[in-house]
Amino acid sequence: MTNSIHDMGGMHGFGPVTPEPDEPVFHADWEGRVYALQRAMGATGLWTIDGGRASLENLPPLAYLAASYYKRWFLGLERRVVAYGLVGEDEIAAGRALRPGIRLNRKLTADDAKTMSFAHFDRPAPGPARFKAGDRVRTKNIHPATHTRLPRYARGKLGTVEALRGCHVYPDTAAIGAGESPQWLYNVVFAGRELWGEAADPAIKVSIEAFEPYLDPA
Amino acid sequence: MQLRVRALETILTEKGYVDPAALDQIVENVETKIGPHIGARVVARAWVDPDFKRRLLEDASAAVNSLAGFDPVAAHLIAVENTPQTHNVVVCTLCSCYPWSVLGLPPVWYKSAPYRSRTVIDPKGVLAEFGVSLPAATDVRIWDSTAETRFLVVPMRPAGTEGWSEEALAALVTRDSMVGTGLPKPPEDESEAAR
Repeated sequence: MTNSIHDMGGMHGFGPVTPEPDEPVFHADWEGRVYALQRAMGATGLWTIDGGRASLENLPPLAYLAASYYKRWFLGLERRVVAYGLVGEDEIAAGRALRPGIRLNRKLTADDAKTMSFAHFDRPAPGPARFKAGDRVRTKNIHPATHTRLPRYARGKLGTVEALRGCHVYPDTAAIGAGESPQWLYNVVFAGRELWGEAADPAIKVSIEAFEPYLDPA
Repeated sequence: MQLRVRALETILTEKGYVDPAALDQIVENVETKIGPHIGARVVARAWVDPDFKRRLLEDASAAVNSLAGFDPVAAHLIAVENTPQTHNVVVCTLCSCYPWSVLGLPPVWYKSAPYRSRTVIDPKGVLAEFGVSLPAATDVRIWDSTAETRFLVVPMRPAGTEGWSEEALAALVTRDSMVGTGLPKPPEDESEAAR
């Protein structure tokens, strides 16, 4: 979902940021296990990173806000393994497997896990880029009911293309199983006042990474 | 949560989807292998080696992956340089995208609603909560990580560190200074170590 609670840029009311001195990587063992389960299940290739994000965004707003980061990951993963038919609701309730698993294409081994690889999302360009650095663009005013990476605060705004990033997997289609549909990706920068009005500090600029379908010429 | 997570791990293991030894390895990687020490090494190299800095700002993934013994392999990494004119700050308003390959996993505050909501609208207020105040003439540039590109801030080299070794310089580079919510440690904090 797009206009859901995860899209937080510009909201008020959450209070101050509270940095924690000497913070550990994980605050409890289960956080590390959730992180690892997420990575290991991600390696099966059954869903995309965008599909994973979408499952978190679809959590009810109160559940999203009440959950810590890793609890959110856990709730998303639990939903996903059920939604993909990998695990039954009855098995979640029982806390153990009641049937053998289905066959997966890939299972991450301890040896595989020794190499930390981060996935690449760039793809060959299906066509030329529509915009170049320096072009003025206006972001579209879109509110899709499905996943998008155009934040609400940056919709319908006038900005400038600062850099081209190449063609990348398009989250809006990848998240809903509609294919990678690679799109040109741009860094688009906005004046603080364009986003937040005349009262905003003129010394502030904000940029987003914007896929070509988010942009119109201006 | 401990029990619920253990139950899910048991189910996924019994059904043959995950190998607990692989899970152990994944946890070990993020607890011991990756972390801000990697980014600090990259920044210190950029401070002493102008050619490396040029390559880093041109194509950070290639520059970082070219460092001897660098592991893991970075992808879609973009380095942004602080200057007297511009201070850079990285955020992810939509989730918590963070340059894991060079900084490790993000701290809780980076993933928190206050940071995600306010950094794009009130960056100077957020910086003040980290004890950072910038000269009035300094512009603030916020990088919202809305795609798979990841940002590493290259802070300004502190004055008074001329002739320092790369290793001594790396000790000044804090995690927060590479996100933009902090500045490198002043040299007096580390000068004993540098001698």
